[in-house]
Amino acid sequence: MNEDGVLLSIEGLSVSFFTEEGVARAVQDVSLQIKKGKTFALVGESGCGKSVTALSIMRLVPCPPGEIVAGEIVFGSRNLLELSERRMRSIRGNKIAMIFQEPMTSLNPVYTVGDQIIEAIRLHQRKSTSEAWADAVDMLRKAGIADPQQRVSEYPHQMSGGMRQRVMIAMAISCKPELLIADEPTTALDVTIQAQILDLLDELREREGMSILLITHNLGIVAERADDVAVMYASRIVEVADAQRLLAEPLHPYTQGLLKSLPRLGLCSQRLETISGVVPEPLHFPPGCKFHPRCPVGHDDKRCQTTEPKLREVQPGRCVACWYAPGYEK
Amino acid sequence: MDNTNNYLLRVDGLKTYFAIKKGLLRRTAGYVRAVDGVSFAIASGESHGLVGESGCGKTTVARSITRLVPTTAGRVVFEKMDVLSADRVRLRQLRREISIIFQDPYGSLNPRMTIGNIVGEPLKVQKGTAGSELSNRVATLLTKVGLSAEHINRYPHEFSGGQRQRIGVARALSLEPKLVICDEPVSALDVSIQSQILNLLKDLQDEFGLTYLFIAHDLAVVEFFCDVVAVMYMGKIVERAEATELYHNPLHPYTRALMSAIPRVEPALRGHRSAPVGEVPSTLKPAVGCAFGPRCPRRQRQCQEQEPELEENTDYKGHFVACWECQGN
Repeated sequence: MNEDGVLLSIEGLSVSFFTEEGVARAVQDVSLQIKKGKTFALVGESGCGKSVTALSIMRLVPCPPGEIVAGEIVFGSRNLLELSERRMRSIRGNKIAMIFQEPMTSLNPVYTVGDQIIEAIRLHQRKSTSEAWADAVDMLRKAGIADPQQRVSEYPHQMSGGMRQRVMIAMAISCKPELLIADEPTTALDVTIQAQILDLLDELREREGMSILLITHNLGIVAERADDVAVMYASRIVEVADAQRLLAEPLHPYTQGLLKSLPRLGLCSQRLETISGVVPEPLHFPPGCKFHPRCPVGHDDKRCQTTEPKLREVQPGRCVACWYAPGYEK
Repeated sequence: MDNTNNYLLRVDGLKTYFAIKKGLLRRTAGYVRAVDGVSFAIASGESHGLVGESGCGKTTVARSITRLVPTTAGRVVFEKMDVLSADRVRLRQLRREISIIFQDPYGSLNPRMTIGNIVGEPLKVQKGTAGSELSNRVATLLTKVGLSAEHINRYPHEFSGGQRQRIGVARALSLEPKLVICDEPVSALDVSIQSQILNLLKDLQDEFGLTYLFIAHDLAVVEFFCDVVAVMYMGKIVERAEATELYHNPLHPYTRALMSAIPRVEPALRGHRSAPVGEVPSTLKPAVGCAFGPRCPRRQRQCQEQEPELEENTDYKGHFVACWECQGN
């Protein structure tokens, strides 16, 4: 059933939100494979559906108004979307854990850090409070917190942003998950702290052999940390490839535009190239290829305006959804 | 610092401390030294960058210059006006000359006001513009920033983040200011929108001869945008130089650490990482000696005893640095 080395595979996932103003198709026909022990990055701008994809894996899409309308998410040999809520609960936080962008709001302010970590441990493992407490101290140490003995009984407000994110990581790895979903884990942090947190994640991935699904909008982070990458635009994956190849030679006009519009250190220029227009909203997606109104290549092309290209393999290991990509049509 | 007359804004030894009140009687228990002796000058038509991590005092510098917070010590001279001792009348005049573009395009626009009112309010208040003159002026401003005159009667919630930031830019330009303070103008925006706003700000600078004080934490954005860059750490400027010089030849260990911590897209430019250990210490209890000392890889005995001043490096002219180890011979 499983191709070797694949830990989690998503096939044709579609998620819609049924709102009063209409149906917002937040995720459409998304397929991806996360390999064991590797970092898979999902990049895209706000509202492109990357977080909803992650929440679908955890089955945390708020329902209603959200609903997973199609697709399957295969983890090991099971389709997560078919599991009972009870079975799912034994996986969530145990086999698959998640850390969020805002370390301030995802910790409970009225419990100590230790209480919050042992909650996760005791939920999934038969351990006494004192054993779990010792585990919590150990996890904090693994997450790089100095004086874990003392820190474990402190409250979140006594810690800095970077420290809180370390606590979130400690909590997430406390049950030795096989997959860690990190949703913009460093966006709220300073660059020097960001580097420390990303180093920590890399180190844990190597030592514990877990896989990471890294959701980010920062292409620099993708270049330095990811093995594989998928670029999302307006609810669909537009390009998937090995991270280095994708950044060296992007095939989709959106990926190309994103890379060109980045101000880069040491490569000073007079003007930045831009992608004109704005990211479309899920309620008002344009017909055809969703990128065509902003696309420098297919802006006036009839086919781009009417028919949406599907994600197709154009080179071994490289998929792209663009009528103009080299090799897209044979 | 030779030709003093060309500077639009001069800041000398600016200090802004916030008192911490404690206990029932609200006694002052100590001070947060948010800005602790900052000096710089901005020439007319220049873009001056101020970079640093959160809490380093860069926003407080901007607020002190515009008198939005009370300052503790120092001098701020705008053109020939002493800003910190200006009375109400002169301060009102100053508000015409200096305007601010804020970081959060969602929080900085009143949701109950139409775009026309938001952009036109400064004109009404400061110049008494009204009627068709006002609406014409607002329409011109909106087209200048890439929106259209049809947007006048719409409300902020109808716009995307990038468009809202354009509205903020239009409002800031409504009084034809000389100095525009941009406080993290693009950090809340998506990458593809970021570049649009940065280009817009540059175009407007060329058209109206604006001078910018550009505050940001993103070093790459600052390099693209600014002529001169000052790096702040814990309320002080630790290094200041022309942008090209600073980026090609960073001297201060903190600046180097910041640069190496930035994730790079190009593998070739990815240097050896020298991210500083630990976190930014509290500004409540500053260390004796150099503020960066406890995290510095090149720490010497002298660094723990005496604080280095911002001085011109002997080898590189115009490159100022506050570090015992890197001031040259």
